[in-house]
Amino acid sequence: MDIHEFQAKQLFAHFGIPVPKGKEIKNARAAEKWAKALETSVYVVKAQIHAGGRGKAGGVKITKNHEEVPGLAQDLIGKTLVTHQTGPKGRKVRRLLIEEGAGIAKELYLSLLVDRDSGFPTFIASTEGGMDIEEVAEQTPEKVLKESIDPAVGFQAYNGRNLAFGLGLPDLEPAVVKPFFQMLDNLYRLFMEKNAAMLEINPLVITTDKRLVALDGKVSFDDSALYKHPDIQKFRDLHEEDPMEIEAGKHNLNYVKLDGDIGCMVNGAGLAMATMDVIKLAGSEPANFLDVGGGATKETVAAGFRILLKDKKVKGIFINIFGGIVRCERIAHGVIEAAKEVGIKLPVVVRLQGTNAEEGRKLLAESGLKVEGVADLWEAAQRIVALRKKKK
Amino acid sequence: MSILVNKNTRVVVQGITGKEGSFHATQCKAYGTEVVAGVTPGKAGQEVEGIPVFNSVRDAVKKTEATTSLIFVPPPFAADAILEAAEAGIWLIICISEGIPVNDMVKVKRALNGRATRLIGPNCPGIITADECKIGIMPGFIHKKGRVGVISRSGTLTYEAVNQLTQLGLGETTCVGIGGDPIIGTGYIDLLHMFENDDETEAVVMIGEIGGDAEEKAAAFIQQEMTKPVVSFIAGITAPPGRRMGHAGAIITGGKGTAADKMAALESAGVTVVKNPAEIGDAVQSVLRG
Repeated sequence: MDIHEFQAKQLFAHFGIPVPKGKEIKNARAAEKWAKALETSVYVVKAQIHAGGRGKAGGVKITKNHEEVPGLAQDLIGKTLVTHQTGPKGRKVRRLLIEEGAGIAKELYLSLLVDRDSGFPTFIASTEGGMDIEEVAEQTPEKVLKESIDPAVGFQAYNGRNLAFGLGLPDLEPAVVKPFFQMLDNLYRLFMEKNAAMLEINPLVITTDKRLVALDGKVSFDDSALYKHPDIQKFRDLHEEDPMEIEAGKHNLNYVKLDGDIGCMVNGAGLAMATMDVIKLAGSEPANFLDVGGGATKETVAAGFRILLKDKKVKGIFINIFGGIVRCERIAHGVIEAAKEVGIKLPVVVRLQGTNAEEGRKLLAESGLKVEGVADLWEAAQRIVALRKKKK
Repeated sequence: MSILVNKNTRVVVQGITGKEGSFHATQCKAYGTEVVAGVTPGKAGQEVEGIPVFNSVRDAVKKTEATTSLIFVPPPFAADAILEAAEAGIWLIICISEGIPVNDMVKVKRALNGRATRLIGPNCPGIITADECKIGIMPGFIHKKGRVGVISRSGTLTYEAVNQLTQLGLGETTCVGIGGDPIIGTGYIDLLHMFENDDETEAVVMIGEIGGDAEEKAAAFIQQEMTKPVVSFIAGITAPPGRRMGHAGAIITGGKGTAADKMAALESAGVTVVKNPAEIGDAVQSVLRG
C-alpha cells in the first residue's frame, strides 16, 4: 500500500526523522490560515498524489510571499496532474502539503528496502540526490552505495559508518554525521516496526544551516502485514486507487486494469499472466489481469464476470481455468449462472482443462448460451481474438 | 531417482486439523505419500483420516520420525511454524501459506541460515515426485513418472506445463514450486544443480515470471554448470511496470525484473525460451530429440 508524502512525513516525525514543518491542506481558506501561522521565508505548496514526477508536471509551487499561498493552493486543488507515473489520464489533486522551504547546501539520496537475494533489509544511498536513482545506478553505478543490515542484530554503528564515509559526509558537512547515524537507526526501526516495503527520501538535504532534513518522503507498506497496523490502514486513500480494483478486492479477487479489449479471468497468478501473454501472441491486447484464486468457486466466477463487464472497453471475455482441486464442471456451472444473471452479449470463450474438464465443456455446450468451451490453450486464445475481430 | 522427496519420505502436516490442512493431508496420503503425523497445538490425541495429531513438531518427530514438514498454517503464524519445524530437526520444510509478511520471512531466512534445514516456498504448490509422493496441493493425476524436472514460481501455470509433458508421454521426475513471494527459501539454482545430478532427469522446465532477478542469476548458472537442456517460459511480457501481478514477488520495479530481460538472459545462456505457454511440452520434446 502506498501513502501520501504528508503521511510519510508524519511517520518520519513520529520516528524522530527531521522533516520540514508542514501541514495537510484541502482548500484555499485553510491554506491562508496555515500560511499565516507558518513562520518561514519560503513557502512550498505540494500536490499530494501517489505518483512521482510531480515537480515536472507543475505540482509543486514555491513562493516567498505568504499572501500568494492561498492562490497557489486554489490553482492546484482539483487540477489533474499528468506525470510519467500517472499514465495519460493523470491524477486529480485533492490534497496539498504546505510546508516551510529549506536552504539547500547539498542533496543526497537514501532509501531502505529488502534485497530479494539476501533477504536482508538494505540501505541504498547516493550523493546524487534529487535525481532518478535508477538512472544514477545505470550511468554511474559507483555512486550508488548499498549497506545490508543483518536482521538478527539490527542496525549497527558500523553500518552507519560505512554509509557516512562512503558518501563522504565528514568532508561534506561534519555537523550532520551524528544526525545521519540517528536517522538511519530511526528509519530501520520504522521499517521493521511498521512492516514497510520501501522507504525513500529523495532528496535528503543538508541545509545551509547544517541540518539534515527529509525534504521528500515516500513510503509503501507490505500489504500482507497491514493487519498488524490499524494506524497505517487509516492512511489508505481510495481516491488513488482504481474503483474496479477496489471492487475486486472486496471479493478477494486480484485485479489489475490494463488497456486492451479482451477481458481475462484465470485461476492462479502465474497462469493469469501467461493468459495475458497468449492473448497478445494471438493478436489482441488483454484488458486486465484477473486472478480468481487457486480455489475458484461459482461465486468468485460470478463476481469476476461483473467486474470484467464494468470495463466498457472489454469486447470479448476469455476464461482460462486449470482445474486441480477446483473442478471444471463447477466452474462451468458458475459461468452459466453468471452469464444468465448478467446477460452477457459479448463473445465468451472458456478454456477448461484438468479435473472434470470434459464434463464442464459439455455443460457449456448444452447451456444454450453463446459461450464456447475449448480444451486447448492456444486454440482458445486464437478463438476469442477471432470472435472479437469478427465483431468489429 | 528423483530430487528431495520420494516414496520413503515421512511427512508431518502442520495445521492438519484446519480445513485446507485436513483436505490436502488426505489427498497427499491417497496419492501414496507417507503422511505419518499432523500437528495442531492443543489437539494431540486426535486423528485425521488415521493420521495421528500431535501438539508440537518436536513430539511428532520423536514419535514418528518424520523428516519433512508440509505447512498449512495461516500466514500470521506461518513464520513461527517454519521455525518450530527447523528447531525440531525437520530437514525439508514445504510452506504452502500465502501472505506471510515479508519482514517475518526476513527473520526466518536469517534464522535458517547455517542450518541443514531447507525451506521450499512459501506461497507455493509444494513438491511432487511423480507416482511416488505428493507433498502439496497440486492435482496428482496430471503427473506421470518420466524424464523431466520442473521448477516454477507459479501454481496453476506449473500444472499447465506438467499436463503438456504428461500428454506428450514425456512425464516428470520431480516438480518443485518454489513460490511467488519475494523472499523464498530455495531458489532455482539449488534445484537446477540437483536436477543436473539426478540420473532420471533428462531435461528441466523452468517457469519464471516478472520481478527480481532470480531468472537472470539462474541463466548464469545454467551457462556455466548445466549439461542437461533447459526449457523456459517467463510469464508477464504484457505486465505493466510498477504493478503487482497477483504474486507478492511479481512486480517490475525501476525498470528491473521485466520478462524481456529474463528471456534475453536465458536465451543467451543457451536455454530454449518459449513465448507461448501452450508450447512448453513441444519444446521439451524437441530438445530431447536433439
